[in-house]
Amino acid sequence: MILQLFEGEKIRFAAFDADKDAEALSKWTHDPEYMRLLSPDPARPLAPFHIKKRFEEMEKEAGRDFYYFVIRAREDDRALGFTHLRWIEWNHGNAHFDMGIGSASDRGKGYGSEALQMLFRYAFEELNLYRLTGHTMEYNTGAQKFLLKHGFQLEVRRREALQREGRYWDGLTYGILADEWANANR
Amino acid sequence: MDNRLFTGELTKLTACNPESDAKIMEVWHRDTEFFRLAYGRIAQPWSVEHIKKRIENHGGEVNEPVFAIRTLADDKLIGQIGLWIEPSQVEGFVWILIGERDYWGRGFGTDAMRVLLRYAFRELNLHRVVLRVFAFNTRAIRSYEKVGYVHEGRVRNALNRMGQRWDEVWMGITRSDWERQSAAPKNRGENNDEYDNRSAGYIKPVGA
Repeated sequence: MILQLFEGEKIRFAAFDADKDAEALSKWTHDPEYMRLLSPDPARPLAPFHIKKRFEEMEKEAGRDFYYFVIRAREDDRALGFTHLRWIEWNHGNAHFDMGIGSASDRGKGYGSEALQMLFRYAFEELNLYRLTGHTMEYNTGAQKFLLKHGFQLEVRRREALQREGRYWDGLTYGILADEWANANR
Repeated sequence: MDNRLFTGELTKLTACNPESDAKIMEVWHRDTEFFRLAYGRIAQPWSVEHIKKRIENHGGEVNEPVFAIRTLADDKLIGQIGLWIEPSQVEGFVWILIGERDYWGRGFGTDAMRVLLRYAFRELNLHRVVLRVFAFNTRAIRSYEKVGYVHEGRVRNALNRMGQRWDEVWMGITRSDWERQSAAPKNRGENNDEYDNRSAGYIKPVGA
């Protein structure tokens, strides 16, 4: 039986700590490239104050149909990114996830891969979900490769669902079943 | 200009009235077959008060219009239809429910959906509309196909209902899909009094 849900090799899943994290998370929102890779919503810089407020709102929902973690580096405890499980439908065992690694210098180092594998374990072996759903945009080829590498399948292509830089792009939905993850890790 | 935005051939879209409509809708929500076709959430009886609050809390916002579906013939409330428009205003997520069983399978929902699409593309000026439907709801899927929605994918095994797994089907229609299907004349002059609502901005499948 695996006892460590929150401690990985290079990273850990932690609670949001307003004093330590608000500054870093605010800084990431000022990077339009990061914001556009993360979400189809209009990018908007947030002050540490807004970040704290947002987490207060999230905390009200947490533990019901919403779970969230700050991803930290074990080497120096700095915030690397975040991951959310939201819209959990307990009767169907489905949930949607988001993940971001905030600083460009922290990307491509395997932090996201380790975080996703930890998120799978949490979703499938702690929350006992049946499947997990992820969304990305046609222009985010990095996320598409990342999702396929980790066993997700492309399930839905919403044609021309968003507009960026003067053209329309498809919205993409990916899914993985708990069984598929378990078989790949056997 | 054709300003009959809210009228179809069988139905019209109107405001929802918390007082009178909630009482009718409460009866619909006791019918768990209806509930399971309409919602993925866990079924439970909803009180008149609960439904009243839902009506009061929705439909006022610009990004979330909600309509009552009423019959043209006798002004009877038979369902609801609504949209959630995402923040960048490109895409609208539509939902529809027909609560009166006597009106299932008779084209009333299809008619209301056509009116809503005209509203989405000619009033809200959205670029596309999308919906999710449960794979066991074959009647709804046929209706959406008729209106011009295209299958865009399936969320595999998304639902656990009646002891088995079911896909959630996603269907979308872009503005250009819709324009291609509608026989709308491009230049409408003053003399178009005899203009038929059926061929104005109203979607008819090609060849119909």
